[in-house]
Amino acid sequence: MEGLNYVGAGLACLAMLGAAIGVGNIFASYLDGAMRNPSAAPQQFGNLIFGFAVTEALGIFGFAIALILIFAV
Amino acid sequence: MNIATDPMHQFQIGKLFDLNIGGYDLSFTNSAMWMVIGVLLVIGFLAFATSKMSTVPNRVQSLAEIWYGFVAGIVKDVNHAPGKPFIPLVFSLFSFIFIANLVGMMPYFFTTTSHIAVTGFMAIFTIGLVVLVGFIKKGLGFFKIFVPSGVPFVLLLIVTPIEIISFLSRPISLGMRLFANMLGGHVALKVFAGFIPSLAVALGGVGMLMGGLLVMPLIVGVTALEFLVAFLQAYVFAMLTCVYLNDALGEAH
Repeated sequence: MEGLNYVGAGLACLAMLGAAIGVGNIFASYLDGAMRNPSAAPQQFGNLIFGFAVTEALGIFGFAIALILIFAV
Repeated sequence: MNIATDPMHQFQIGKLFDLNIGGYDLSFTNSAMWMVIGVLLVIGFLAFATSKMSTVPNRVQSLAEIWYGFVAGIVKDVNHAPGKPFIPLVFSLFSFIFIANLVGMMPYFFTTTSHIAVTGFMAIFTIGLVVLVGFIKKGLGFFKIFVPSGVPFVLLLIVTPIEIISFLSRPISLGMRLFANMLGGHVALKVFAGFIPSLAVALGGVGMLMGGLLVMPLIVGVTALEFLVAFLQAYVFAMLTCVYLNDALGEAH
């Protein structure tokens, strides 16, 4: 069963799929709202970055699991 | 694997001189050296910019004012008046991370923020400070952040464990985000750059020239993106620090 941790590390990269969908959704919704009401957009920039950071973290947890599988198992 | 083709070589830590105190290895490493350089750059720039202050700022002074005003603006937007004592802390965190990221973008320079020992400590320090400030300001009422108001009791049985887990995962995600972004970006840069020597081995000199012409614009683009990430991650770290501080400072949400 040698080397299966590398398969697991590859599977952990699927976390990127979810993070990509989530981050894409956030920016799409932001642009959607900003196009409708451009004057309100600058005040929501902080919320945009906060949502982006929190969503991105889940993809990064997948990266962390991949690192653990390669270097710590 | 030498420095040209190994993408992980740039993250190796080497001792510049040995130092052992009481059985602990406190050697001065290249990581520590670049941290000192980063801090000296920040202090040096700000000291130079504010050495001849005038009401109408010159170019360097206005750059420093924009820098400070930007970070102070984040704290004011998120924390409002109670956040004022924390502006120096958030400014220090932002400046250190921003300059460390920028310094790391130079070829052959070391990226201190690509090591989880550095970013993890900053994250643990930040969350530790939030807990400390929370208990000082609110006492045991700080635990109310785990119990959102206006939620029915049955739902609280589910929501409270989720809130506790989300609070406990904060230092992990805060440190891991900066570390993984810097590590991933720099590895990607090195991997793209490594295409050129690989092409040279596979196709000879002509292949290297043709491949290089194709790969070079890609590397330039990724490098530009990395500069954006360097700023964005510093901004995200500063803003999340403010958001987490809000739990300790603001009213229960």
